[in-house]
Amino acid sequence: MSADWRITGRTWVVGDSVDTDAMYPGYAMKMDVPEAARHVFYALRPGWVDQVEPGDVLVAGRNFGIGSSRPVAALLRHLGVAALVAEEFNSLFLRNAINNGLPALTVPGVRDLVGEGEDLTVDLAEGWAEAGGRRVDVAPQPPMVLDILAAGGLLHRLVADGYLPAEAAR
Amino acid sequence: MPMTMIEKILARASGRDEVRAGDTVVAEVDMNVLIDLQFARWVTPLAIADPERTAIVLDHAVPAPTVRDADGGPRARAFARDFGISRFFDVGRHGICHQVIAENALARPGQVLTCTDSHTCAAGAYNAAARGMGPAEVLAILCTGRTWYTVGPTIRYDLVGDLPVGVGGKDVFLHIAGTWGDATNHNLEFGGDGLASVPMNERRTVATQAAEVSADFATFPVDDACRRFLTEHGAAPEDYVAADPDPDATYAAVRTVDLSALEPHVARPGAVSDNAVPISQIETRRLDQCFIGSCANGQLDDLRIAAEILEGRTVADGVRLIVTPASQRVYRDALHLGYLGVLADAGAVVTNSTCGACFGYHMGVLGEGEVCLTASTRNFRGRMGSPDAEIYMASTATVAASAVAGHPVDPRHLLAGQEQIA
Ligand code: SF4
Repeated sequence: MSADWRITGRTWVVGDSVDTDAMYPGYAMKMDVPEAARHVFYALRPGWVDQVEPGDVLVAGRNFGIGSSRPVAALLRHLGVAALVAEEFNSLFLRNAINNGLPALTVPGVRDLVGEGEDLTVDLAEGWAEAGGRRVDVAPQPPMVLDILAAGGLLHRLVADGYLPAEAAR
Repeated sequence: MPMTMIEKILARASGRDEVRAGDTVVAEVDMNVLIDLQFARWVTPLAIADPERTAIVLDHAVPAPTVRDADGGPRARAFARDFGISRFFDVGRHGICHQVIAENALARPGQVLTCTDSHTCAAGAYNAAARGMGPAEVLAILCTGRTWYTVGPTIRYDLVGDLPVGVGGKDVFLHIAGTWGDATNHNLEFGGDGLASVPMNERRTVATQAAEVSADFATFPVDDACRRFLTEHGAAPEDYVAADPDPDATYAAVRTVDLSALEPHVARPGAVSDNAVPISQIETRRLDQCFIGSCANGQLDDLRIAAEILEGRTVADGVRLIVTPASQRVYRDALHLGYLGVLADAGAVVTNSTCGACFGYHMGVLGEGEVCLTASTRNFRGRMGSPDAEIYMASTATVAASAVAGHPVDPRHLLAGQEQIA
């Protein structure tokens, strides 16, 4: 079971307090997801959207995702980001990631563990992160959160539970 | 076990005797508020939990600046009609969601409120456990009537002394953010003898801004002023049960703010945490735009304060002063009280009520290299337009006075009737 929650990917590392508007600028809210996704980190790391590849892991510092309720995770998933790992998450941003089916794990000290471009493995259910032969144990995601992720996000869950028509999960 | 304000509310809403920091609980949501942006990508549910615990507010992008936004309107109208949602605030009786929540007492003491906007913590001014949720989660709450919370540790702020003239809730908040920085995943709880000197509008400014230090909830106790406010807006004392903290509740920190010693504050561009200083320490910058508006500072009292400062004065050459009332009701009240005329005569542009410039979407977007002083909620890079614009943040009084001066100034000089400003 736990292997399902183990994710390995090449990392991109950003700093502290990277806010929602840096990932999903206000003007991009006028666009559909595929077009809006072209503007992630438009000012912070211009060109990043052309470098990131499916399966990559985004690593951040403290207070990751402070800001808006806009669903940044939908854009990151569109770009193929496999997981978010941060020293600390803003709680709204973390909920948005989970609810959009994007795995996320809090790993204090992760930026000491891994440098940009190196591989990082995390296990959401067992609660650990590993890179370069070093491993740190952290709090696992609770079963309730894993359930939402397993469904593929909240909309899929609501479809499965009969609240939304099937088209909502597309 | 003694509990903080937020622990008490979440215990009641989750049917438990007690909750403590670190617990994850599933709570019934007393009011769930959908905003217009929710309808940009909309799938109509097959069933919803309760139309009486649902409200819809069109606010961020009204009247619609894009076809995409315009297309959301009919979806919202059809949904409200088909599901019998009477609390539907369509264009014309609209306003920024947090203002509409306050005007209609949608948030009540001791209750749980959710909304598709990150500044939902605003309703903590009325002793509600209110926080923002993403659009998917608001949809889920619409369907099921409940959601989960992981209870964070609470930081207590004891307010002492009286708030001086010319110093507002924004200054209280900027002092807190500048002094103690982020409170990520923590709750803020306010109280103390000084609270009586803080009017309800200023409390809401403080509660709103809590999102900017990354807090989950920000709550105030129910006192006479709060009860009066709620009664005036449709919630009588018998309609709610206030959540008071227990005397021995556990706090992550207890901090004291001496209101009487506060001076107006300004946050520098980028963030508020560890980045706000008393105005006497702020650098002189030539301002291109001044903005008074948003859920935090577009209230009727903000427009009154701006009008008092701008009466008989003129916005400086080269400065755009944009004033956006927080709701249609604020707009109409300010119109009838004469504030809008004073503002327009001084050279301000008064817009319709909407989120507008606050999130860089429409009506006051900043260009490259411009410098803005805003009374709105957020000063992230690029928040109000170009990433190469700079956004300083201050109170309504400071923004109004600075619009006259053309650079950041202490508004107390103008309030004291001193014509000469440095
Ligand atoms: S005014 Fe600004 S901060 Fe307030 S709800 Fe609107 S966009 Fe958000």
